[in-house]
This record gives sequence, C-alpha cells and structure tokens, in this order.
Amino acid sequence: MSGFRLAEGGDAIERERPVAFSFNGRAYSGYEGDTLASALIASGVDIVGRSFKYHRPRGLLAAGNEEPNGIVQLGDGARSTPNLKATTIPLYEGLAASSVNAWPSVDVDFGAVNNALKRFLPAGFYYKTFFWPGWEAFEPFIRRAAGLGRAPHEPDADVYDHQHAHCDVLVVGGGPAGLAAAVTAADAGVDVVLTDDRATLGGALLWDTDENPEARAQAAALATRAVAHDRIRVLKRATVLGHYDHNFLAACERIKPSASPGAGAAPAERLWRLRAREVVLATGAIERPMAFANNDRPGVMLASAVLEYARRYGVACGRRAVVFANNDHAYRTAFALMDAGLEVATIVDPREGDIGGVAAAASARGVDVRQGSVISNVIGRARVRGVEVGRFDATATDEKALQRIDCDLALVSAGWSPRVHLFAQSGGRVAFDDSRQAFVPDAPAQAVRSAGGCNGAYDLLSCLSEGTAAAEAACARLRDSGALAHRDVAGRAPSAEAQSPIFRAPLPHASAKAWVDFQNDVTTSDIDLAARENYRSVEHLKRYTTLGMATDQGKTSNVNGFAVMAASCGVSIGEVGTTKFRPPYEPVTLGALAGRRRDAAYHPIRHLPTHDDQAALGATFEDWGGWARPTCYPNEGESRAAAINREILATRGRVGLFEASPLGKIDVRGKDAAVFLDRVFVNTASTLKIGRARYGVMANEHGVVVDDGVFFRLAEDHFLCSTTSGGADRMAASMEEWLQCEWTDLDVFVTNVTTCWATFALAGPLSRDVLGKLARDVDLSRQAFHHMSFTEGRVADASARIARVSFTGELAFEISVPARSAGAVWRALMEAGGEFDIAPYGIEANLVMRAEKGFIHVGADTDGLTLPQDIGFERPIKTKKSDFIGRRSMMRLDARRNDRLHFVGLKAADNATVLPVGAHIVDADGNGRRSGGYVSSSYWSPTLQCGIALARVRAGRARTGETVAVFDDGRTFAAEIVSPCFLDPDGERLDR
Amino acid sequence: MLSIVCPFCGPRDETEFRCGGESHIARPGPPDAVTDEAWADYLFYRDNTKGVQFERWVHAYGCGLWFNVARNSVTHEILAVYEMTDPKPHGLVE
Repeated sequence: MSGFRLAEGGDAIERERPVAFSFNGRAYSGYEGDTLASALIASGVDIVGRSFKYHRPRGLLAAGNEEPNGIVQLGDGARSTPNLKATTIPLYEGLAASSVNAWPSVDVDFGAVNNALKRFLPAGFYYKTFFWPGWEAFEPFIRRAAGLGRAPHEPDADVYDHQHAHCDVLVVGGGPAGLAAAVTAADAGVDVVLTDDRATLGGALLWDTDENPEARAQAAALATRAVAHDRIRVLKRATVLGHYDHNFLAACERIKPSASPGAGAAPAERLWRLRAREVVLATGAIERPMAFANNDRPGVMLASAVLEYARRYGVACGRRAVVFANNDHAYRTAFALMDAGLEVATIVDPREGDIGGVAAAASARGVDVRQGSVISNVIGRARVRGVEVGRFDATATDEKALQRIDCDLALVSAGWSPRVHLFAQSGGRVAFDDSRQAFVPDAPAQAVRSAGGCNGAYDLLSCLSEGTAAAEAACARLRDSGALAHRDVAGRAPSAEAQSPIFRAPLPHASAKAWVDFQNDVTTSDIDLAARENYRSVEHLKRYTTLGMATDQGKTSNVNGFAVMAASCGVSIGEVGTTKFRPPYEPVTLGALAGRRRDAAYHPIRHLPTHDDQAALGATFEDWGGWARPTCYPNEGESRAAAINREILATRGRVGLFEASPLGKIDVRGKDAAVFLDRVFVNTASTLKIGRARYGVMANEHGVVVDDGVFFRLAEDHFLCSTTSGGADRMAASMEEWLQCEWTDLDVFVTNVTTCWATFALAGPLSRDVLGKLARDVDLSRQAFHHMSFTEGRVADASARIARVSFTGELAFEISVPARSAGAVWRALMEAGGEFDIAPYGIEANLVMRAEKGFIHVGADTDGLTLPQDIGFERPIKTKKSDFIGRRSMMRLDARRNDRLHFVGLKAADNATVLPVGAHIVDADGNGRRSGGYVSSSYWSPTLQCGIALARVRAGRARTGETVAVFDDGRTFAAEIVSPCFLDPDGERLDR
Repeated sequence: MLSIVCPFCGPRDETEFRCGGESHIARPGPPDAVTDEAWADYLFYRDNTKGVQFERWVHAYGCGLWFNVARNSVTHEILAVYEMTDPKPHGLVE
C-alpha cells in the first residue's frame, strides 16, 4: 500500500495542468504546484533513497526543509545539483531526479549489506576499527560507500547574483506571526523586508489545523496585504542562511531550479545580503519524530507533514494510519486527516490519565485510543505493513505482550521544536522550557525578536498577537533608539497544552534499533553507547556519533538526541544543552556564494596601458603581482629560453625596451615630506638634491626589509618614490597609516600615482641614440645628464620625466609619460629603435640582467627575517642621525650577530650548472649537517655563458672564496661563494 | 559582519574596512633609549581584552581614513567611534 492522489483537495496544485517528470529513470506525472516530494507520494513511490551508513530503504518523513531522507540529485551535466531535498523542489515539466546514495538502484542496493553488519558499525566505529594497516587503506571504500550526491564535473552553467539590501525591520518567515509583524511594522511607516522559503506566503496557515476560523480569515487577509503593501519587499523562496553580527543576514533566493525550462536566461539563485536595524524572527517550529524500533521504515511520517500533503497537494500518504503522539495537536491533525478522507485506526499515546477533551473526541470519531502505550516496533521493510503496540514502560518491554495493528502509515509526533537556529546564530541564548519540552529563545544579543512557533507559541491567535507585539516593540525602538529590552524569561507563560517528556519507546529486543538522526543513521543505541563511553559534552557526543552533522543539520534529530543523552546520563535536557548553531541554516550552493565573482572576474587582472601593443609584438603574458605582463617575446618557433637569452643579448649588445608601467610610484609632498621620508627609508632622503635620485630601502617596525626602489626629489617639498611593482598599494597604505596614526603632526600628503604614469625602461649601449631621436629638447649627454638624476622634456609629443636609473646595469633611461600617451610613446620608441635593431624585453630578461648585476629582488632574495644589514645596507643604521621605521629592531643583539644569512653570489663549480632555487647550503655541524642558507635566485647567464645564483648564506660575506655544498632533492653541487655582482663590478657599462 | 560608522562616510559594511589592531600604543623612542623589553612590549604585547577593546580601523575600500573604535570583543557591540588623535572616551575606560 502506498500514497495516492485524493479525489479532491490540494490548494497548491492545478489539476488541469499535469506535469511529466522522471525519478530514478522512471516516468511519472504530477501537477503544476506539486513539489517533487508530493508528486512522488501521489505516484505511489515509497522508497526515495537509501540511508547514509546502513543503506536502509527510506521514504519521506517530512514536507518541508527539515526532510532528512528525500535527498536527490537534480538534473545532469553542467546543470546538475546534488543533495537537494525533494520537499523543496517545485515540480516542472521534464524534471529528472535521482536518489543520491544507492547503487545500483534504490530498490536493490548492494550497500544494504552494511545493514546486516550494523551491530559491527556502532558510533565511533571509524575510530575503533580502522587502525590496521591504517585509515588510508579503508578510506576509499568508506568514502564510496557513504557518499551523498555527485559534484558536477563541468563548470556550472548557471548565473548567480548577489544583492545588498537595507531595511528598518526584517521579518524572517511568512507564516501568521511573520505576516502580522510585517504588516504591523509597515503600517507604522517603516521599511520592511519579508522573507519566506516557500513560493506562497502563509506558512502553517496554509495547511495546519486551527479551530478558530475568524483568526484564520484574519491571517489569510494579512498575506494579501503584505504582498500589496508598498513598504514591504517580499522575497519568496528565499531562505535565510545565517544571522551574523549587527543584524546582517544572508538569504538565498531560489529563482529557478538550475535544470528547469528557461533556466540560464535569469540567475538561478540570488544571494541577498541584508542589513536590518531590527529583526523579527518568525521561523516556526518543526514537529519531532518519535524514537522506536524501525521508526525509519517508509511510511513512518511526521503527522503534520501528512496533513500538509493532504491539504496542500491533495495527496494521501497512505490508506490506514496509526498515530503515535504525545501531544494534543497530533489528535487535531488526525481529525483533519479523517476529514480529508484518510482512515485513522488508532492513536497511541504514552500519556496516562486524563489528557483532556482530545481523547474523548477521538473516541467519539470512532478512533481506538491507546493511552499509556507506545509503538514498540514497525513491521514491514520497504513499507510499513503494521505496528506493534505495547504498554509504555521506561525500563522493560514485554515482547510477548505486543499487539499488532495493521496499517500502511504511522504518523508520529513527539511535540514541536521551535526553529531557534537564527536566534542562536545571532548570539542569543536558548533555554529549555519544561512545559513545552523544547528549547526556546532566552536572552537576545542583538535587536532580534522571536514571534510565533519559533518562540514556542503554537496556536494561531498567539502567533498573530506575538507577531504584532514584536513589530510594535521593534518600531518603538526605531523611534526611540532605546536600550534593547531583554526578555524576562520567567515571564514566558507556560504552554497551554503541557507537553509530555516521552520521546522514545523502549526497544523490543536487544538488536532492534530506533533512529534519531535519519540521514546520518544515528540510533538511540549509538547515543547510549557514547554516554556509556563517558562522552558527557553534547559537542563531543555530536562529533562521536555524527548526530546532527548531515545536510539537514539535525533539524528533526537534535532535540531527540539531546533527550536520549539526558536520559542516559541521568540529567535534564536543559543541562545537556544544545550544540552550537552555526550557519548555514540550509545547504547553499557554492555558485550562490560566489555570485558573479568567478572565472575571469574571480581574480581580475590589470592590463598595461600598452597591452595591445605588447600583444601585437607576440608577448607571452603572465600574471605578475596582479598585472598581465610580458614574460618574453618569442619569435615564430622560438623557445621561451631562447627568447629570453636573445632579449638579454640584444639589450646588452645594442638596445632593449621594457614595459615597466606597474613600477610603483608614490607622490609624497608637503612641507614635512623630507622629514617623513627620513623616517620611512632606512637611508636618508632629506640630503637628496632637487633633480637627483637615490636608491632607498624600506623596512617595517620589525626591521625586516619590505620594499625598495629609487626615489626622486622634484622640489624642496615634493618627492616621487618608486616601489616594487607588487608593493605600490601596500607601501602607499603603510605610509598613510604612519601619517594618520603615528606622525599626525607632519604636513605630508601621500598619493599613489602608479597607474597615472606609464613607464618604459630603454636600456643598452645604444639607448641614448634611440632616445635622442625623440627627446630633442633634452640634453642626454653623459656630461649634462648624470646617472641617478632626472629631467623633464618631451618624448614623441608627450610630456615626459626621464630618469637615468638602471636595473639592468646598462646605460638606461626610465621614461615616464601620462598613461594616456603610453601607446604612442611606446610605438615611437620602437620605431626610433628600428635602425638599431631594438628588442622589447620581458620580465624574465629583466630579472636575469638584474641578477647578473647582483641587484636584489625584494621578496625573492629577502624573506620575513631579512634585515638591511643582511643585504649589505648596514651603513645608515650606524651613521644616520635620526630614527626611522624598524631602527630599534635592527639594534637587537640578534640583529648584530655576524653569522646572519648574508646576501651573496654563488658560482657553481661546473659552468653549465644552474643551481636549483630553494637548494640549501649545507654546513657541517659536528657529525651532522644543518642548513647554512639557501639559493634565492638562479639563472643561466647568456652574457657570461654560465649559471649564476644569488643566495643567503650564513656569515656569507666573510666567506667569499669558500666552496660550499649545495643540496637539493638528493643532489649535491659544489659552489663558490662570490660577490653577488657577476657583471661589470666597476659600472663601466652603466655610465658611458 | 560588523556595521562600522566611518566618521567621514557613515555606516558601511565591515568588508570595506581593515582592522589595524589595538590602538593607543605609544611608540617608544629615541631608539638608543629604549630597552629590548620595552621595544618587545611595543611590538608584540597586546591586551586582548575580553570586553571593551580599543582598536584602530581604516576605511580601506572607502575614504582611507584611520580612526579609533571602542568595541566589545564579546558582543561585537561598537560603543564609540572617535578620531585617531582623541583619547579613549570617558566612561569606557575602567
């Protein structure tokens, strides 16, 4: 016996619009308005999946997002989404879904062998069993056996959006309490955002029982008003995932299922980033299942879910039901189901004595009420065929005294758990309420108010009045900005209908299992075992048993699990407490979190002002510090190494041109500019003459070298500081911090002008000839234009600043022009260089040439421990009069040791050897060996026709001429410690 | 995510800011007169208060202003925002 479509009923569905879909490869039909879950039940599908660990057949338990069993993979290929809940997927034409944890099929699942082995797979079996030969041997098997859905292999074909929104009052949940709150607040004139995770506002109002028709009508009218209200922005199918600090909430709006018709044109999902001044939580409550033997069989369902399927979708979940409940509400649910056409044979209630009018009402309707009784066991494997009922006895079960009742549906209700997830995430404290047998909101930490089911109020009138009151309080505080009124906990009224504390029926025999967490296959026996093994903290219990760690995050299982633990440990549920509630409340796609920041937009890369010219020259671009820069310019058929060598030889032999625009440029001006830079640089800036340039090193307060570059003095109160290409933003920010936070008395302005100027380095013995053709108003002669000075003039009709600085060791001119003139000037230089066979050179050639000269590359030849004295820059520390950043750190005992790692050159014994970067210099240390430094840069020098390396070597400067062993990956090389300057130590090439 | 009121731009999301750590730390000097202990204290030792903490923040993806924030490190409540050169607000100092 299985579910079927009732002849009538179903507010959500349109019976004149059938919808074809498939599940596990079989064709079915439902109606527009169905969820996948309701359509599957109506189609008579009992088994929707297999459980995670034991691969037991599972049917649907719930109708909302608390569903633990109906986990499916939706769609295929690039539009496939794993681990969605069948209860939250709207049915659409052509929908194709499959179960996630069954092979070869849900009906015949080989993994079910685990079920037969389950007495060998108790809680913590990972930790106890898989010691030998090691976890690695078991992991592949376990991972395959215990997987959920499959991540798609293709790039996500969908588009996802992010949207920010601000409001006065955010109402989470569009049930009666939320609607009352939203309309009340909006009527008071404030801006409201109302979110609801379903397609239709109304929440439980849409299906739940209520004996108060007037209140129902009033609540229904609120939904219409909310949608029409011009101060309320309604977000439907939007689930709030997290409640963070300062009332920042994230919600995921599911616009269209990824695989549905028309998907792709619009975003599939939109992540809302909501900031609210006041939040009203009206997230409702979740009905709890009962724990009893085989309570996971298909056909055991939450009572409220069965009613929701009947009323919303006109679906009967079975023909003959037995109800097992410890509360009055489930009786009313049973009556409503009888009115809808289902047969309810028996109500099993563990409560003894007078339980009020509901028992009499049930009897009057011809229902057999068994008070003081429990369902002890379920008969049937693939579907409930009956239940065994016995007297409730907390200590023992008389297996012989059990009575069998035939049924195909067991409705369970162990009361309600308020959805306190968001309240707890916001920092609020929850407390256990005995009269409700539930965790309820206690002290809030933010401007957050709970109303309705999530506050432990379950009847319609209370929901409406709490929603209204919460909105009024929020609006009052918006007007007065008063202190947050903390809820008086003692003032919470006891529940009108006292709740039984019995959530669990004793097991009929020792090998029987009663499920608590359906998705993760955690049973009462597992929790009892953990308690026996002395897991006393609920957080440890959770991790040991995996209770509540599945994709449903324990929505139906946590409180039951805490109750079992409390009983096992002999403490109250309140003393057990809850595990920490963490976002996300519901699983969220990575696409929604990423939004538009993917592919090229994930890490936007900056283009040079001459990007197109470089591309036209055949440049190979790579990401260098966030810039797409030419690595080299290979000719047709030329290898990368050959191109680099050719570019170097062309520059050293004739002339080369380098695109250096990313070179950092920081404009520093103000009457205290020189004083400021004296404090910023390790060396002195104030003695620099106008029109001259000087190499400077910058350290941090730990004395560590963080950047270097040439700085220019443009005027008495005006400097331009170069930084490394990757360091411009960082160094400008650092200067700002010092000015704003420490030296607030200095009159200095710092501006990062890096991208305002394009900079080209024209290098080589013929560079003066090339530039001379273009810069006719500047005297470039050696006598007039000295090394480390600069001048201004015009280059190819652009105003330019020309500096004689060199990173290659060749005669060189650094030409800076406004970025808008970059292309024209670059092309003019290339054209003027044509007769000299000019070669553009890339970053690699630039780096090799600087290494040949022994110029450091900060970040490559230095690390987080490198002090200026380690790179041969100790003079200012000894002679400079004034303080500067990091100076005191450079005076420490450790900084003054003479066996620090010094910056030196290394020359391999074999000319052909290029030492590996990262290789260690190995020093003998007694009988052992230890690292005496490492190779930081190493290249083939086409100029010198040998390998050259730069290294940091212990006491290296004092060891020039010594041969050391250089070790890398099993190989050892002999190398001589030499000066880092391999080429032209006298600088003749530089100044000709 | 915190909402921080930049003194120049008004309330903005935390993602626009960067925290520079504890504020009101005097830089000792001149270097010759500073002991190793005093220098280490300045570089590394922070109060890390449970409760009201005085921090400096910069509106890094905004106007670039540095300013002080008094923040409760437990509740994340921001109790005061004040200028870099101002002392700790009265009433927040124990």
